[in-house]
Amino acid sequence: MKQYAYYPGCSLESLSMGYHLSAIEAARGLGVELKEIEDWNCCGATAYFHVDELLAYTLVARNLAMAEKEGLDFVAPCSGCYKNAYFTNNYLRQDPELAEHINFALEADNLHINGTTNVRHLIEVFVDDIGFEEIKKNVSRPLKGLLVAPYYGCQLLRPRKDGEDVENPQFFEELMSAIGAEPVNFASKNRCCGGSLIITNRKAALDMVHVILHDAEKNGANVIATICPLCNVNLELYQHQVNREYGTEFSMPILYFTQLIGLALGITPGRLGIGKELVSAAPMLSYAQNVESR
Amino acid sequence: MAAELTFSKEIANLMYATHGNPIKDCFQCGTCSASCPAVEFMDHTPRELIGMINADLKEEVLASNTYWSCASCYNCTVRCPAKIDIADLMYSLKRYSIWRGQYPEDLIGPAFSESFVKMIVRTGRSFEPVLAPSYIFKYGTRGLIQEAQTATALVLKGRLPLLPTKIKRLENFQRMMKRIIPLGES
Repeated sequence: MKQYAYYPGCSLESLSMGYHLSAIEAARGLGVELKEIEDWNCCGATAYFHVDELLAYTLVARNLAMAEKEGLDFVAPCSGCYKNAYFTNNYLRQDPELAEHINFALEADNLHINGTTNVRHLIEVFVDDIGFEEIKKNVSRPLKGLLVAPYYGCQLLRPRKDGEDVENPQFFEELMSAIGAEPVNFASKNRCCGGSLIITNRKAALDMVHVILHDAEKNGANVIATICPLCNVNLELYQHQVNREYGTEFSMPILYFTQLIGLALGITPGRLGIGKELVSAAPMLSYAQNVESR
Repeated sequence: MAAELTFSKEIANLMYATHGNPIKDCFQCGTCSASCPAVEFMDHTPRELIGMINADLKEEVLASNTYWSCASCYNCTVRCPAKIDIADLMYSLKRYSIWRGQYPEDLIGPAFSESFVKMIVRTGRSFEPVLAPSYIFKYGTRGLIQEAQTATALVLKGRLPLLPTKIKRLENFQRMMKRIIPLGES
């Protein structure tokens, strides 16, 4: 079984545990083991970078060093964690002085980093490593007729990592097609969910969430698929506040892409953490043709 | 002795480590402002703010809510034709204003960032309820009730543990951070 050093990140321990459960289940169903990094710490999110950059790099480096020790690729399901890890790893490779400084700090935890690990987002494991053909082969309950709005959000794509299409990527749509679902036209797919503004500037964030929900609904989506815990939380937990502020009646299920893959692999909703939503996912579950779930 | 650093030079120095071009390269095209999903909630657009920095309008920049309204979506960064890392400039300005302790009073961002850092120093991991006091009282009664209702629903769904987790090698972790900056007892 192919292994990865899996860095769940703080959200997956609480608000986004459905992502954690479904990531492990869906990966296992496709012959991949997500081996959790032992004793990982917070990646610094965005807030830490507001206060001190070097300290933030050090936090990230501790997790990377542990993956490096295992000789495995570092995989993050959260786009924020992924972005922080990706660039920290890059800067460490390019800047020996920075690496030396951080290694001095890491010594306190008996760790050392060379920057030799590869940093990946979880969706890249499914798209690039497992691949659409392998996924199609393993789908036992294709999500026929399910209209999905594939929501990329920001930090998976931006800042640009290596020359990828940041304006109109297609891999998420293709992944949804591979599990039998139908991706809808969704211009807001890489528009920002508001991120941590949901705490620090609620009004701005609700406006941003409203735009995305409106676009998905207008295009007939039955569900928005997400790849980041923060996107998911903003679109799901604050949907009722958007309804109150804008007089809308959204009741749009928000699920992680791994939950949809899991359903298509025939895994029961309970094992994928489905059922913990505050905006019920029940209306779209019929598409999963999953007898146990009904 | 050299003359005192101008504000624009100070900010340029803060941006030294970023991989974009210097903000002096800005030719005021406004692509950043047009690409920003939060622009209507900012008192100055990103384009204006860069112009203000280049004109050394330090007090005006420090009184602005622009960078505290940035969600770090990096739309501006990937689209800037002068290849300035504008989102990173926003981070730099946040750090600058926190260091100086100078920001508009009604903002939640600075206090939130600082309590976030303290939380990580204490436990190594993020745990939402610990952060709530840094912002919740600015939401007013209705906001407070809404937050409490959502939190209760999440606890009932098993999505909000009542106790924070701590990393195991916490002492090593704290010594590691002290090697970067001397941290006060928190």
